[in-house]
Amino acid sequence: MTPEPSGAAQPGSAADVIKAIPLRRPGRWIAAFVILVLVVLFIYGAATNANFQWSTYRSYLFDRRITKGVWATLQLTFLAMALGVVLGVALAVMRLSANPVLKSVAWAYLWVFRGTPVYVQLVFWGLFSSIYPHLSLGIPFAHQFAHFDIQSLQAFFFFAALGLGLNEAAYMAEIVRAGISSVGEGQSEAATALGMSWPLTMRRVVLPQAMRVIIPPTGNELISMLKTTSLVIAVPFTGDLYSQARQISGANFRPVPLLMVASTWYLAITSVLMVGQYFLEKHYAKGSSRTMTARQLRVLAKAIGNPDRGGDGA
Amino acid sequence: MSVPQTLAAPLLSVRGLRKSFGKSVVLTDLDLDVPEHTCTVLIGASGSGKSTLLRCLNLLEVVDDGVVELDGQDIADPRVDANAIRSKVGIVFQAFNLFPHLSVLDNVMLAPRRVHRVRRQQAESDAVAMLERVGLSDKARARPDELSGGQQQRVAIARALVNRPRLMLFDEVTSALDPELVGEVLTLIRELKSDGMTMVVATHEMGFAREVADQVCFLDGGRVLEQGPPAQIFGAPQEPRTRQFLARIVAAGRL
Ligand SMILES: Nc1ncnc2c1ncn2[C@@H]1O[C@H](COP(=O)(O)OP(=O)(O)O)[C@@H](O)[C@H]1O
Ligand SMILES: [Mg+2]
Repeated sequence: MTPEPSGAAQPGSAADVIKAIPLRRPGRWIAAFVILVLVVLFIYGAATNANFQWSTYRSYLFDRRITKGVWATLQLTFLAMALGVVLGVALAVMRLSANPVLKSVAWAYLWVFRGTPVYVQLVFWGLFSSIYPHLSLGIPFAHQFAHFDIQSLQAFFFFAALGLGLNEAAYMAEIVRAGISSVGEGQSEAATALGMSWPLTMRRVVLPQAMRVIIPPTGNELISMLKTTSLVIAVPFTGDLYSQARQISGANFRPVPLLMVASTWYLAITSVLMVGQYFLEKHYAKGSSRTMTARQLRVLAKAIGNPDRGGDGA
Repeated sequence: MSVPQTLAAPLLSVRGLRKSFGKSVVLTDLDLDVPEHTCTVLIGASGSGKSTLLRCLNLLEVVDDGVVELDGQDIADPRVDANAIRSKVGIVFQAFNLFPHLSVLDNVMLAPRRVHRVRRQQAESDAVAMLERVGLSDKARARPDELSGGQQQRVAIARALVNRPRLMLFDEVTSALDPELVGEVLTLIRELKSDGMTMVVATHEMGFAREVADQVCFLDGGRVLEQGPPAQIFGAPQEPRTRQFLARIVAAGRL
């Protein structure tokens, strides 16, 4: 009997065990060390590089124009997302309905809004004012009771939110549709058999179950929307964070620190949103993984795996 | 309310029912009478149209042609309020189809609350009573996935019964169950029958069919090929197709 070459077969040998631990994955340690050195060098370089102009960065980080831009960006993000979700649910339900007119209207909507860049769509919404210089809300042939100047800043904000929301609706529709089709046919059948109408079945039986599949990618959409608001200059709406930073740097000729200011804010907000997303997903996954059907898991994996969009950030 | 079979007009009367999916004709010229407080058992090979027939009776399928009278009302008429009819006809499926996001109690309460607009307290006490009826009052707060298959199926039955249907349809309700859980569900159906519930049952449990049925209908070629009391259908079938079918069942050890 020859002795074993390694200590693997001798569990009692303490010396072998101690020796084995630090040698387990030397490649990993070396790589980590190299990366750490590079990161330290980069931070040191950035901190001492005069071109970053850190004093300018500090003085503008909480500048009034910047914080107002942050507020406008948040408003745009949530308004557009709210519009996107509501319209997206409606479009998804239309696409799944048996009515051929509703179906094809929804299909055409998705075709147009997913098939053109969001930047181009925003430019179009800006040009809306040259097509209809004065928009009036009122009863035709009666007294005009509301009338707003379509060239004002509020109008551009309105068109920015509208443009982003209408575009988002096309993507949300696909997410909601995936969620709805992840719920087995037996569910809506059982509800129908109990005498529940179609809208009632959707609201009480199908959509609550579809939520598990809908929520995670919707969180991604929200984060993505925050960044997409930087395109609203196309309308042109100039009140958002990125435009404000650009305007300041256009006056003081210091683009680098102001880009850093804008990036810091975007990063801070996305971080908060990501934390929220983490807890929301945890909540919706609670005790449900057992009841989640193989079909739902498959759809979920697909929805998260392929965000299925090209225009993100244009 | 255990009333014997009467000679009055049947609760359900089907005449010349026709149903096809595209080009494939599943039911053709089918007649069926179900007197009140009786149990009709549908037997027939897989694909003979038992499920399709039950789904037509509940209006889950749109009937192509024919008359389906429930309590004297033609429910196959496209002008009837389908949801109102569905509340009068309960159906239980092979796959229990409980709503997994709701508790057992909420499963049972959903239709009374949202369709029949029963007040919450009333709906809850009705649902609890119905769960007691199926022997599951202790599971009211549980989620469907915490129950065994047999318990889930009993909840599904309670969910249909709480609407106080005139007619109950059972579509192979024990086919998805482990053998040791079949008994509890069949016992419940037996009890419903002795309470006087009118029902149509599609099943492959021939022993159960023999015991519980007032009439047995053998479906073949899209129509009721042979029907009669269980002793006649199982004891002395007239049609060669019926004999063939029963012989296969016997060979499979299910009779
Ligand atoms: N939705 C449907 N579309 C097309 N064909 C169907 C549909 N439902 C049932 N069928 C067909 O109808 C026939 C009868 O089916 P079914 O009623 O389920 O029979 P059973 O319940 O007796 O096994 C089968 O051939 C089946 O393929
Ligand atoms: Mg069947």
